[in-house]
Amino acid sequence: MSNCGLHCLKINHITVSVGGALLLKDVSLHAHCGELTALIGRNGAGKSTLLKAILGELPHTGNVEFSGHDGRPAGKLRIGYVPQTLSVDAGSPATVYDMIQSLTSGYPVFLPRRKKTVERLRAHLARFNAAQLIDKPVGRLSGGELQRVLLAAATLPPPDLLVLDEPVSGVDQAGLQLFYTILEQLKASCDMVMLLVSHDLDFVRAHADRVVLLDRGVEVSGSPETVFASEAFRRAFPGA
Amino acid sequence: MLASLTEALFGWWQYDFMRNAFFAILLIMPLFSMLGTLVVNNGMAFFSDALGHSALTGVGIGVLLGLSEYRLVMVVFAVVFALVMNRIRHSRLSSTDTVIGVFSSCGVALGLVILSRGGSFAKYQSLLIGDILSISPGELLVLGITLVATAGIWLLCFNGLHAVSVSPPLARSKGIPVRLLDNLFVVLIAVVVMLAIQWVGLLIINAMLILPAAASRNVARSMRSYHLLSLIFGLFSGILGLLLSYHNAVATGPMVVLIAAALYFGTFALREIDNR
Repeated sequence: MSNCGLHCLKINHITVSVGGALLLKDVSLHAHCGELTALIGRNGAGKSTLLKAILGELPHTGNVEFSGHDGRPAGKLRIGYVPQTLSVDAGSPATVYDMIQSLTSGYPVFLPRRKKTVERLRAHLARFNAAQLIDKPVGRLSGGELQRVLLAAATLPPPDLLVLDEPVSGVDQAGLQLFYTILEQLKASCDMVMLLVSHDLDFVRAHADRVVLLDRGVEVSGSPETVFASEAFRRAFPGA
Repeated sequence: MLASLTEALFGWWQYDFMRNAFFAILLIMPLFSMLGTLVVNNGMAFFSDALGHSALTGVGIGVLLGLSEYRLVMVVFAVVFALVMNRIRHSRLSSTDTVIGVFSSCGVALGLVILSRGGSFAKYQSLLIGDILSISPGELLVLGITLVATAGIWLLCFNGLHAVSVSPPLARSKGIPVRLLDNLFVVLIAVVVMLAIQWVGLLIINAMLILPAAASRNVARSMRSYHLLSLIFGLFSGILGLLLSYHNAVATGPMVVLIAAALYFGTFALREIDNR
């Protein structure tokens, strides 16, 4: 896969209200494939709300369009999603194989495994430095291991849009570095739009191509330099 | 000596009611072992318990309608009960265990009020402890069809059901119909519980549903071993429970539950030793 930089995700006038409270007002932004767009903002600014609206988890007005280089719709948008957490406890017998196959295949995971499928999955996990985790129970993965496995699950098959919701919370320093390296490799090699919610401003400054500062609406957006130098950024992160 | 051992092990086979009960165990325990895996994984033991309790109201409505065959009413009522309870469970209006507790209490209370009118509850007492020894070949056929249908649904839908239990938003991002599967699962539990409750009994049906899977979960290392061990534990406790109840003249269901519970505590101890 190469990255064409011409597919475009257009988020048009997204407004979200829940129980009479306005959580997001008229958010519009464009993101291109091969680019990492970071959503930042203080707690409660609506970052995760915007992701949930894009994923169709929350009722909203406005729409999400995915178009090809000629501006025409590029078919149904395939989304890869890396959530913050899973509902899997430490006692669950579900392995990494079980979880990813359940998400991506119709062949029942309680039946004997097919050798080819296992090898294919192992090779895919290897891209995320996670091949050795294939038989490990999901509930016993470390924070860093879980995020790499979730990234592998989200990119099987390769999506048009990769959505990462604070993927590095609870990950140690070594795990963080590995995760960022893999994300950089994905950005360089895959033709996908990447949308990331992050509190890690150092990472955003170093790796994001575009930054959107949210506070219930778009406060400022542009290159990391532009956003980090803005008055709105200083208001949102006075200590940064 | 050999003759008495043979009599002890196989003497029961000469009785029709024991043979029918044996076949019933071979049908009911795989059903429960299969469904139990996800009930336990999803933390829905209390949910299925409440569903079992709704059987009393289902029978009560059947009696009020003047029907002699009230099983269909029980199933329909339990399906509606399960769907409403599931809807409220996901609405975030109240904590899940409170909602289920309220539903469970209402299911029991309403059923008892209807069935105890004029002091006539005694004739429904078999619903509480079940009577697997009275099952007929026609009723075995109903259980057989239920098992085949459930196994078919399991083959087609288990991956999706499991994906939903791991993370609903993640499952939805992969195009899995989360709400549909979630409702399908509670409907499946409702139907299976209602079709088995007459033979197993309201008081212990939930224990039989969750114990084989809970014991398996203590030692399983994958979804394959989880299912396989749940099935083995379910059949083992079912068959041994039936034979012990025959030899000791006690109710079958509770004996099955005691053996399954022993398996649970045994595997729990194994897990603790393994974790050290």
